[in-house]
Amino acid sequence: MELLTPGTGLIIWQLIVFVLLFFLLSKLAWKPIMSSLKDREKSIQDALDTAENARREMAKLQADNANLLKEAREERDKMLRDAREAANRVVEEAQGIAKKSADKIIEDARAAINIEKQAALKDIRIQVSNFSLEIAEKLMKKNLADDASQKALVEAYIKDLKIN
Amino acid sequence: MSAFLSLPKKFSVAFFLLLVGFSTAAFAADEPQVHELQEEPTAAEHGFNASEVILHHVMDDHVWHLWDHGGTIFLPVIVYSSERGLETFSSHHFYDEHHNTIEYNGYTLDHGNHILLGGKPVLDLSITKNVAMLLINAALLLLVFVAVAKGYKKNEGRAPSGIQSFMEPIIVFVRDEIVKPNIGRHYEKYLPYMLTLFFFILFGNFLGLLPGAGNLTGNIAVTLTLATLTFLITNIKGNKDYWAHIFWTPGVPLPLRLIILPVEIVGIFTKPISLTIRLFVAITAGHIVLLSLICLAFIFKSVWVGAGSTVMVLFISLIELLVAGIQAYVFTLFSSLYIGMATAEHEHH
Repeated sequence: MELLTPGTGLIIWQLIVFVLLFFLLSKLAWKPIMSSLKDREKSIQDALDTAENARREMAKLQADNANLLKEAREERDKMLRDAREAANRVVEEAQGIAKKSADKIIEDARAAINIEKQAALKDIRIQVSNFSLEIAEKLMKKNLADDASQKALVEAYIKDLKIN
Repeated sequence: MSAFLSLPKKFSVAFFLLLVGFSTAAFAADEPQVHELQEEPTAAEHGFNASEVILHHVMDDHVWHLWDHGGTIFLPVIVYSSERGLETFSSHHFYDEHHNTIEYNGYTLDHGNHILLGGKPVLDLSITKNVAMLLINAALLLLVFVAVAKGYKKNEGRAPSGIQSFMEPIIVFVRDEIVKPNIGRHYEKYLPYMLTLFFFILFGNFLGLLPGAGNLTGNIAVTLTLATLTFLITNIKGNKDYWAHIFWTPGVPLPLRLIILPVEIVGIFTKPISLTIRLFVAITAGHIVLLSLICLAFIFKSVWVGAGSTVMVLFISLIELLVAGIQAYVFTLFSSLYIGMATAEHEHH
């Protein structure tokens, strides 16, 4: 069968051409193509890795930011609380001082009133005694016309004086 | 017009044509049979021998016959014999004006193919049709892949373009789907060979489908050479485990080892033989089917058979395109597998 018997000439040609083709293509095509493909795959992988890293970094930053925000919020709350306490304390102190000074004023006023009252009472007493003296003078002018009664009176006074 | 036809419509039209083709073929087939019975001598006299035509088309030749009346390219003949040394002349000298073979300078053309000197065969290094196809294939491969490689230089760090982006998926497919999984860790060493093999067969298969083209990858000399190269690489690169597995199969009882030994030795050679025959048969059979269908029209001498066989030829051609890819894939796949098996570093079982 002609079809099934390999021709020697064609085998030789095929061998020569194929081996030549192999060397030429290896040098001119496969080597640059494969190295370019590998480079590109590497650069794609690198880019993906970089993106992944950036994403992770971003997530970390966000977490940090959230933490910072939380801390800041806590700080603010604390400051507000402190301020409120401080204000309350100031108000309380002020109220205390005010009360004290008010008490003192009232006390002073009361003392002043007392002094005035004493003075007024003294005045009144003086006046009353003056009035009494005048009344007594008038009574005496009228009653001491007789000696006996004068005498009795004097004695009564003396008695009083002794007791005092 | 056809552009406006929807896809299902196109299919139905094609199916209709196919049916017509078949029915008329069946119809027409009856008629000549009757004729044949009556006029058997005339048919033989007329002498359209389909098998001769087909075999002539799938085999190698010293001339490249494209069409009748001047469409024949006479290829150069290069012969070597111990008596005459190396001689070169045009194959034109073997034919007279009626295209009958004649003797030239003591050389004769036997069976239209073998060159004899005084009745003895000589070493025929002629640029035959298939050698010409081989050179065209090689030139095309160089042209295409040097252009692809240039694309990588031009588009460095950018997206591929043009022929580069067309070929890249195929190259990556060969690397990632055929070579890498079958050879394993050291695949890069064998990648240039596998890529050359794959594209040589692929381009050869496609070129062979062109009208008038030679049947390069369907020639047993070509497939034998390629298979031999794989065979050589497999056995030269085969490691200790590979040979140990052949001569003293581990994990098998002693008497069985003696039985397995010849089987394994035969196995070394069945691998390249299967590679050789698979590609040769797949491509040549496809060509024979196509040519047989075309010959139907000439056998039945009917326009309707011609129409029917044209439709069939179209379908078979599409299948042949598929086969062209599959066979390139399979040859490369098995080459990778054999080399991978011979070079695998397995832990001892």
